[in-house]
Amino acid sequence: MGWIGETVDSIKSLQIRQVLTQAVSLGMIVTSALIIWKALMCITGSESPVVVVLSGSMEPGFKRGDILFLHMSKDPIRAGEIVVFNVDGREIPIVHRVIKVHEREDTGEVDVLTKGDNNYGDDRLLYAHGQLWLQRHHIMGRAVGFLPYVGWVTIIMTEKPIIKYILIGALGLLVITSKD
Amino acid sequence: MHSFGYRANALLTFAVTILALMCAMASLSDNFNSPTPSALVQVLNINWFQKQPNGNDEVSMTLNISADLQSLFTWNTKQVFVFLAAEYETPKNSLNQISLWDGIIPSKEHAKFWIHTSNKYRFIDQGSNLRGKEYNLTMHWHVMPKTGKMFADKIVMPGYRLPVEYR
Repeated sequence: MGWIGETVDSIKSLQIRQVLTQAVSLGMIVTSALIIWKALMCITGSESPVVVVLSGSMEPGFKRGDILFLHMSKDPIRAGEIVVFNVDGREIPIVHRVIKVHEREDTGEVDVLTKGDNNYGDDRLLYAHGQLWLQRHHIMGRAVGFLPYVGWVTIIMTEKPIIKYILIGALGLLVITSKD
Repeated sequence: MHSFGYRANALLTFAVTILALMCAMASLSDNFNSPTPSALVQVLNINWFQKQPNGNDEVSMTLNISADLQSLFTWNTKQVFVFLAAEYETPKNSLNQISLWDGIIPSKEHAKFWIHTSNKYRFIDQGSNLRGKEYNLTMHWHVMPKTGKMFADKIVMPGYRLPVEYR
């Protein structure tokens, strides 16, 4: 109880100047996070530079909850690369490996077929109805780096939103009540 | 100033920083490894070779693949993904890459292998250009680290040729 009492007291004793300082520092935290994210977007050329693996279709290479760093360069797509792609009519992007590539002589367009390392068959069943190949515009980026387990934070937060609200609330309270 | 919260925060920040540094160093240490892998592939038989009703050529073959990829493994290697692709040029396409076989090597002990197999994925052309076609067989490998940057390289084996007639 003592801790809550102290917290209430410290909220009561806030001065206008202090409130403003807190607001500014909170704003700085939020904007710097945004700056880092946008800078990563510019550097990697991918609209989402970091993705979390959500399914086990690439096991044992990538497990659920691992983080992948994406890069989208002008380099042509080649077999063996792990790409992240969007399929029309599906919201969640998929991370799979390229197994077939056909690149046009005249236009340089590519037809790409993908497959999950842990899946038995290729991805034609996952594509939109009647779609045989992925084109360049479906592909968001290719995986270049890998960090295990870190993605569990976001998986837990999306599946159990209550934890997210508790966390945000606790952090907010901490920012408001901290004195320096 | 020295409350429980501040100490926990400082400890957590320090721990995460050290962990991130160690991950970065583990990933960087992979650069010191200069691998010398070797591979040999023989096409033992063309099982069948025909034109599909939709006009695309398809071929089925039996392959003998032997490779030694032990030097790719370091202490930061989780697994090596290896695949064999047929690569060739056609008038319409400047590059066709078709994976014929792939496998996951979980550890160094399994990295020297010998396998006798027919093609795992269908070898289908976009069109009807495969008769008498010269192609390369390329052994690609992708090293998946325990953490950090992924590596990839390949060995190109040129000079394979498909039969002139369907069979």
